[in-house]
Amino acid sequence: MHVHLREPGREDEETVETGCNAAAAGGFTGVACMPNTNPDIDSAEVVRFIKEKAAKHLVDVYPVAAATLARKGEAISPMLELYEAGAVGFSDDGVAIKSAGILRNVLEYSKMIDAPVIEHCEDESLAGGAMNESFTSTILGLPGIPNVAEDLIVIRDIMMAEFTDGRVHIAHISSKNAVDLVRQAKKKGIKVTAEVAPHHFTLTDDMLKTFDTNYKMNPPLRTRDDVDAMIEGLKDGTIDCIASDHAPHSIEEKEMEFIYAPNGILGLETQIGLAISELVKKKHLTLEQLVEKFAVNPRRILKLPVPKIQVGEHANFTIFDPELIWTVEAAKFKSKSKNAPYDKRLLTGKAVAVINKKKMFVDDKMMEI
Amino acid sequence: MPLSTRHLLGLNGVPREDLQLILDTARTFREVLERPIKKVPTLQGKTIVNLFYEDSTRTRISFELAQKRLSADTINFSTSTSSVKKGETFKDTVRNIEAMKVDMIVVRHKSAGVPQYLTKISRANIINAGDGVHEHPTQGLLDMYSINERIGKLDGLKVCIVGDVAHSRVALSNIYGLKTMGAKVSVCGPSTMIPVGIESLGVKVYHKIEDALRENDVLNVLRIQLERDAGKRIPSVREYHNYFGVTTERIEKYNKDILILHPGPINRGVELSSEAADGPYQVILEQVTNGVAVRMAVLYLLGTMH
Repeated sequence: MHVHLREPGREDEETVETGCNAAAAGGFTGVACMPNTNPDIDSAEVVRFIKEKAAKHLVDVYPVAAATLARKGEAISPMLELYEAGAVGFSDDGVAIKSAGILRNVLEYSKMIDAPVIEHCEDESLAGGAMNESFTSTILGLPGIPNVAEDLIVIRDIMMAEFTDGRVHIAHISSKNAVDLVRQAKKKGIKVTAEVAPHHFTLTDDMLKTFDTNYKMNPPLRTRDDVDAMIEGLKDGTIDCIASDHAPHSIEEKEMEFIYAPNGILGLETQIGLAISELVKKKHLTLEQLVEKFAVNPRRILKLPVPKIQVGEHANFTIFDPELIWTVEAAKFKSKSKNAPYDKRLLTGKAVAVINKKKMFVDDKMMEI
Repeated sequence: MPLSTRHLLGLNGVPREDLQLILDTARTFREVLERPIKKVPTLQGKTIVNLFYEDSTRTRISFELAQKRLSADTINFSTSTSSVKKGETFKDTVRNIEAMKVDMIVVRHKSAGVPQYLTKISRANIINAGDGVHEHPTQGLLDMYSINERIGKLDGLKVCIVGDVAHSRVALSNIYGLKTMGAKVSVCGPSTMIPVGIESLGVKVYHKIEDALRENDVLNVLRIQLERDAGKRIPSVREYHNYFGVTTERIEKYNKDILILHPGPINRGVELSSEAADGPYQVILEQVTNGVAVRMAVLYLLGTMH
């Protein structure tokens, strides 16, 4: 869920192939890729182009298409055609759908195919900072993005989901209040789901004190209170999935003055390890719950079949060792980019092999079976 | 006794001994500046680059003058005359400059954290001449020097920073430096200009200039930077002046013993009335002179370390 494959447009950062390799190495047999490519995934041709690129790979690629043309928030995208070509959801990721008026049309239109509208929740007029707004941003002298920028769009989207009876999925939730808002909305029976990225239940904005641009992402790393709220949300089911928000960036782009460096952090190859280390080993979630958050709930939200392990079914599963202790080595990532601040971090839990489409990825090698 | 660090990135965490050493050394250079021949050979043979990625007149001139008075070779690099406009990355620019064998880099940049980043990609001594709204340590030092020069101490003094504290690079350096030297620091301004959580630094917040005047020994009045969107945080320059402006009338009514500092350039009639800017309570031009001496001290102490 929520992967940036960068192709078409930024093949120097990632391609469908390298992104899929990273997914396989990280333990994933399917990824939903986001539409902020160049061109955007707002036409059936681009959906087909990506599907074709991934056709022979072990990893299934499910494009999330733009909700509006060029993600500009002005005209709704050809959703029926996009869906028919293979899109599984709609999003203007990078930004929230610009206005409630357009969102209304997107939600109502997408109801015909029961596809989720995946929202990057950030109020435009409060956006533009380089990190979370907090005491830490004050002492670092960096412009901040307040939590309320996220909360405002989350509440707007919840109300619009209620009003239209459409399906909203909150992408990379990061703020404590936003988790509360989703919790209340779910209690009211509004069709809202949410995902959290591994860094938002692992890291806090204190990490930015080194000015390491690998800690720069949007939504930004928040405070300890927010991290605790993410874990609580995962525990009580408010947050349905863990999604990598895998956002590759080249070294040249990240090695830049802090305010100019792009937002984004890799996620595919470290998220199982981070989730087992931070959630399972600390007894917040069971391994079964973790599988739900990574593999089952994302497919339910995107209305994809959930693979079963039984006779007569196609083999589609991951073998992971929840006790394996390993050291992250960014240089060895399958991803074309290396922008992860976890280099040399010790993690517990790792995917050993993935099997899908009669292929197996094990020991860094892909093989036919 | 040398400084405990080979860079001056900010005043956060700089120990009292270092600050004292810089201020004492600056006093020696301040005397040099009064001589007919204002030059000493201390940094002869050293090469210093002034790497200015943001417009600055007085800070750059002050550094340049300080370098020349210490007999260093200086080169000025600013974005308008460099390869930056051709799309060269910051890192490549720095590597190129370093390949020309420079000993020290004085850097001014729009982004916070650039001086820290420079220490990772360069072997030169790095001096921060202002990074974003983070720190401007030599300004903090020259403010401390100027206060000490007039009042004779910093320990126990009450200093209030007035203005757009949230968008000032001067404020944090003042807060850190003054607190380390034993002063009590407060800030005053409209609430849109006070940064999140500033109280956690042990800083009192005022919203009334009258209270700030009455309860402090020194006001460090910041420039309202209309060129940096200050206009979005206040309704008008007129309202700012009426409620937060430092005027001779206010000074005479609330605290005739106050000392007024201003980092310049002054917006006359906005944060300071013209009369107050020229009046007997301020040390604004002394700050400029002291700035050269303080920068000489910093360059000398870092440049002669081994």
